[in-house]
Amino acid sequence: MTKHHLFYPLVMLAALLLFNLIYSPDFFSIQMRNGQLYGSLIDILNFGAPLILVSIGMTLVIATKGIDLSVGSIVAISGAIACLTISRSADQSALQLVLFVVFISLIISVAFGLWNGLLVSGFGIQPIIATLILMVAGRGIAQLITGGQIITVSSSSYKYIGAGSLALLPFSIFIVAAMLLIALFITRKTALGLFIESVGCNPEASRLTGIRSKIVMLAVYMFCGLCAGIAGLILSSNVSSADGNNAGLWYELDAILAVVIGGTSLNGGRFYLMGTVIGALIIQTLTTTIYVIGVRPEITLVVKAFVVLIVCLVQSEAFRKAIVHRWRTRRYPLEREVKRHA
Amino acid sequence: MLKRQHLPVFVTICLLIVMFAAGSFRYTGFFSPQVLLNLLIDNAFLIIVAVGMTFVIVSGGIDLSVGSMIALTTMISATLVQHLGWPPFVVIPLVLLIGSCFGWMMGAIIHYFKIQPFIVTLAGMFLARGLCYVISINTITIDNAFYTSAAQTKIYFPGGYFISISVIIALFVVVGASYLAHYTRFGRNTYALGGSEQSALLMGLPVARTKILVYAFSGLCSAMAGVVFTFYMLSGYGLHAVGLELDAIAAVVIGGTLLTGGVGYVAGTFFGVLIQGVIQTIISFEGTLSSWWTKIVIGLLLFLFIVLQKLFSTRRTTHKA
Repeated sequence: MTKHHLFYPLVMLAALLLFNLIYSPDFFSIQMRNGQLYGSLIDILNFGAPLILVSIGMTLVIATKGIDLSVGSIVAISGAIACLTISRSADQSALQLVLFVVFISLIISVAFGLWNGLLVSGFGIQPIIATLILMVAGRGIAQLITGGQIITVSSSSYKYIGAGSLALLPFSIFIVAAMLLIALFITRKTALGLFIESVGCNPEASRLTGIRSKIVMLAVYMFCGLCAGIAGLILSSNVSSADGNNAGLWYELDAILAVVIGGTSLNGGRFYLMGTVIGALIIQTLTTTIYVIGVRPEITLVVKAFVVLIVCLVQSEAFRKAIVHRWRTRRYPLEREVKRHA
Repeated sequence: MLKRQHLPVFVTICLLIVMFAAGSFRYTGFFSPQVLLNLLIDNAFLIIVAVGMTFVIVSGGIDLSVGSMIALTTMISATLVQHLGWPPFVVIPLVLLIGSCFGWMMGAIIHYFKIQPFIVTLAGMFLARGLCYVISINTITIDNAFYTSAAQTKIYFPGGYFISISVIIALFVVVGASYLAHYTRFGRNTYALGGSEQSALLMGLPVARTKILVYAFSGLCSAMAGVVFTFYMLSGYGLHAVGLELDAIAAVVIGGTLLTGGVGYVAGTFFGVLIQGVIQTIISFEGTLSSWWTKIVIGLLLFLFIVLQKLFSTRRTTHKA
């Protein structure tokens, strides 16, 4: 059972929840208020929704041996465009307007994903650097759209996306569930998942076997852009405002962390969507826990740093070997490899 | 004549001259030596950080922790000097030591556990930024006599033009690092490591030592930049230098260093920082344009230079074939 890839993430999540239960017994209590369920667990799902979405997109990108640093900026841009368009129109609550706005924001988010994908697959630029361009410039574009201010809107239909409720649960949870199901269906029930893994292992070899690796990469970056765009809509609709300066700040890092906790290797290849979702929930629970126990929220960063390190160390084969062999040799693993081949 | 590998640096210098000339034609008062010297004064800390980053990128890695390290340095210096009353000549070597150790540890983790530099330095970034807040979430103002005099001392040139002490430190770092990169064994090892780690290992170069030292050097540079930043801001604050790592990476790339490692010049990085400075100066002279244009223009420049690099590197490989 410990061999299963979800084992350690689930244990971690359970441990966090258990800690919360011991610390504050009413952590698991869920109340009914105004036809909607309330409680810490629901909050974790609701506030974690944007992060889960971004992380799902990031998982696929990382599966192709890439990385997308621009998701935070796309989150900000998508929210900014939506709020700007709504605030400019006469009847802010009109359903048609909101649908149009959602459509436009998502098209633009996908276009940014396409741009990233073109740089990576078309020009062959390292993903970190290719997406760094949009990370820097995108934040500027978001600030340009909002004029450096916070745009507030008063649209009840737009607010529904992030703060509305459907069947007693926050609506954002359903959006996340839908996207997750789509991603799971495409990658597990069609051959595309296999293509993505193959491109992540070796793009050149998969091209030679007949997979159009460039198209696969392009599609994956566009999907990641779409996920980030939806996350931006949820985030901005939840607070009914768009903030070009701070919306989605550090999201890329949290998303990468979620993917890594979920067991997907940063070296590309095999990926675990459910692991990522649990990883994102762990991060959100961690944040909530830190609030609950009343530690200064700034310390979240220190805790996160140690979580990243521990997770990476556990994943690192060299580290595990080091524990087993108690540093029998202090040589670099490559050196040993070279020796073995020689 | 002009070698192919010098071309990116050459383009950078030309771009700097063109931008400065364009600014001079457009705005009255732009063309003055003091504006040029102000570029150095305002970007001294960025120059120092970017020099450290150049070594890391040349070795084939990346260091995301530099901005947080600057904040941590300002924070530690401010607490020790202001709250505990330690003398500055003890505090400054101490923070430089802390910075180097921090980099050294990240380098060791990267090397021995074979974890990607991106992730390890990301953790380092979280850690350093978080430690700032553990110390204090408020700004700590420094009114120590040594720091204020270091901040206000001006070194005059004939004609009334002046630079600050920070500029002297930054120039010293640039010259020292250029020597280190091109005339020492450590420098050559770094280039070899960035070219191909496997080959460097087979050649018998000390890969482990070089890699760890590169990160330690970057840590030292960011701590030094933190000291200079403390002179500049006269305060310690956990939100100082947010996002500076990206500015530094952008400067290194615009300066013509190849992101795949193995090729690059410290001098190019110096000019890369100055280009960012010129953009900011032009935008402040324009007045109507806002700070976000800086980010957009830097993004565009990044794109341009990366495509340029790509063109050169692909042409070079086809030459070989």
